[in-house]
Amino acid sequence: MLLHTINKSPLVNNALSTCLRMAKDGSGILFIEDGVYGALTGTEITAVVEKAMKTKKVYALEPDVKARGVQDRVIKGVQLVDYSGFVDLTTEYDKVESWL
Amino acid sequence: MKFGICINEGPYTHQASDTAYQFTKAALEKGHEIFRVFFYHDGVNNGTRLTTPPQDERHIVNRWTELAEKHSLDLVVCVAAAQRRGIVDADEQKRQGKDANNLAPGFRISGLGQLIEAGIQSDRLVVFGD
Repeated sequence: MLLHTINKSPLVNNALSTCLRMAKDGSGILFIEDGVYGALTGTEITAVVEKAMKTKKVYALEPDVKARGVQDRVIKGVQLVDYSGFVDLTTEYDKVESWL
Repeated sequence: MKFGICINEGPYTHQASDTAYQFTKAALEKGHEIFRVFFYHDGVNNGTRLTTPPQDERHIVNRWTELAEKHSLDLVVCVAAAQRRGIVDADEQKRQGKDANNLAPGFRISGLGQLIEAGIQSDRLVVFGD
């Protein structure tokens, strides 16, 4: 299974929607950098992400979440990881696809 | 596990280089091997030793050099991308007849084959970019 990384806000480009169209059930989606805006409640994309969470694991890089001061708005069920956890995820999944 | 890292963006403009550094550092701390870090496209700008940020700011270039020294990392700058952006080592300076060189310690200039090799030899190739 693939680990997909998203590093741009889904409100800025369509990397996340393209990724979700391609990603197989059981794969992982990791939000990093400005991508963490995709892991928040109360945005245009929240419902899409919550739906994806039924079939895929969704993670967000905690240092990037905190750097943007949005830690209180993370969707329930999104797993926060630090850099060490990021490394672990890349080993747990078979490959890493960076949606740049 | 063996990792290859590819960085496609320069320092201070995008977060990519910072994320790649933190990832690489965390992987090394966990005992993983970094087969190679390949700097491609604007990423080659991470390899100029003339970079001089304010003293109280992180020095992205020196940070790579120090990590490379500590862990014997192979930091490779793509030659074609480097030539376009004025990143030059002593050999390239001579070959191109330039009056200076600026490649930072710990980096070396080589070809795209090094990225392909990193992809083949590593268990995971992780790409950081914009």
